[in-house]
Amino acid sequence: MKPLEIADKIKEKFPDEVLEVKEFREQAAVTLKKDRILEICRHLHDAPDLCFDYLVDICGADYAGKKEKRFEIVYHLYSIKRCHAIRLKAAVPESSLEIDSVTAVWAGANWHERECYDMFGIIFKEHPDLRRVLMPEDWEGHPLRKDYPVKGPEKEWSGFRAVLDKAKRFKDFEWHE
Amino acid sequence: MEQIEKTFETRELTISMGPQHPATHGVLRLVLTLDGETVIKCTPHVGYLHRGIEKLGENRTYFSALPLTDRLDYISSMNNKVGYVNAVEKIFGIEAPERAKFIRTMVAEMGRISSHIIWLGTHVLDIGLTTPFLYAFRERERILDLFETLCGARLTVSYPRIGGVRNDISQEFLDELYEFVLEFPDRMDDYETLVTENRVWKKRTVGIGVISAEEAVNWGLTGGMLRGSGVNYDVRKHAPYDAYDRVEFDVPLGKNGDCYDRYLVRIGEMKQANRIIKQCIEKLPTGAVMAASPKFTLPPKDMVLKDIEHLIHQFVLITKGPIAPEGEIYSATEVPRGELGFYFVSDGTGKPYRMRVRAPSFVHASILPKLCAGGFVADVIANIGTIDIVLGECDR
Repeated sequence: MKPLEIADKIKEKFPDEVLEVKEFREQAAVTLKKDRILEICRHLHDAPDLCFDYLVDICGADYAGKKEKRFEIVYHLYSIKRCHAIRLKAAVPESSLEIDSVTAVWAGANWHERECYDMFGIIFKEHPDLRRVLMPEDWEGHPLRKDYPVKGPEKEWSGFRAVLDKAKRFKDFEWHE
Repeated sequence: MEQIEKTFETRELTISMGPQHPATHGVLRLVLTLDGETVIKCTPHVGYLHRGIEKLGENRTYFSALPLTDRLDYISSMNNKVGYVNAVEKIFGIEAPERAKFIRTMVAEMGRISSHIIWLGTHVLDIGLTTPFLYAFRERERILDLFETLCGARLTVSYPRIGGVRNDISQEFLDELYEFVLEFPDRMDDYETLVTENRVWKKRTVGIGVISAEEAVNWGLTGGMLRGSGVNYDVRKHAPYDAYDRVEFDVPLGKNGDCYDRYLVRIGEMKQANRIIKQCIEKLPTGAVMAASPKFTLPPKDMVLKDIEHLIHQFVLITKGPIAPEGEIYSATEVPRGELGFYFVSDGTGKPYRMRVRAPSFVHASILPKLCAGGFVADVIANIGTIDIVLGECDR
């Protein structure tokens, strides 16, 4: 199926949810409201003519000062059976950073959503294990936000001091007795 | 004796495996909860190699973000680079010349062999066969030497460029590669004699780490992990890039989805890669190796040194970056580990507004708890080997 046909199918089924459909270089992106994202994803996964069985990727994007709703969660879906792809985007405003988790539909969403939480601070409701995945657990801030400095924060990471102290302690320890 | 048995208590034991452990293939840390020899729970911790490549990419021009992709999957940097340049070319709307496409296909398949062969060597070494490891590095060394003649670097190659490849290949390189291609099937037979029917090997891998086809798709696995379960999905066939639609190759598939089938799939992939390289050498067209579109690709170096117009072009491209049209694309390529995707959002400036790397290793690491739970501690090693992850790519 052509990407725009898939977008039309989504529009047909969920007319109130679709905000925008855009096509660029033969790839279509459907921007959605965030509230019924789980339902939409389940429909895309289960409907026999769409059959999006493979979740390629979930990532966030920060449009601070560019778009009305600051964040977007981008879902790349592919159907191995039908060989077609679509991109879904759920707009998330800064005032409420919550969105439903899709781990119930695709198990592979687990770590992608954890990374998205880690990097953008988006909270995925009903996620089985929402922890930071790449940054240390006591890290402050979300690195991929546009207002986060490229060189990192001025302040040192609080865990760094602890690591240095530990190294100092072990330095005096007699390993070979 | 009886008394001891009465007072003998068992309790769960939690141990930390890694981040410095020879069998974790990098800095992967697993927290294992054990009941005797059985793993009850396994929690992977990644992120030790996080360098913020996505953030860096968003603050550099498309050209200067190019060397970063070498550092993703440092075992097969050639494939990463092919993935990156394909994505950038897609957003620019340019196409590499035919010759460059064939060369890229060729070097990507060389990268695949060199990566699979290091996987084979280390995987069997972890499980207890030392001999193939030494042979494997002999073959990898030959490919790295070929890369050195090609572009001067062995690991961080930076050879494919936006709009083509850096330099044309020499006849000497082609002759040497052809010799390698002819010898390689014999070498593969050597490995198969050593490993495939080996009783120890089969005992350690058959029926270990089983993933069914439905589960594999649901977890988003790709590459050998997916095809080992018998799902026919290969980006090279589903959405051909470069010259993959003009070469013949088969996609090896497994049946049971265990460690042994994934081994067979990757062995099959190496043979197919060899076949692709051979066809590329035979079909290699003549012509330019860099697209001539002055807005997006760098002018040839000798012209920059001679001609003021080319010099200005080069200066503007390097300082401002090539101005990409506004839009967003996702482009995937098949790297040795699976599907490597790049998602770019361009806002019409010289830098990508958002650069996202969909790393197969990251997804494959996430399935470890499922593979390891219920098995033995020794099987954890087999499972880490079979998912074939590179932590540089996983942590980005």
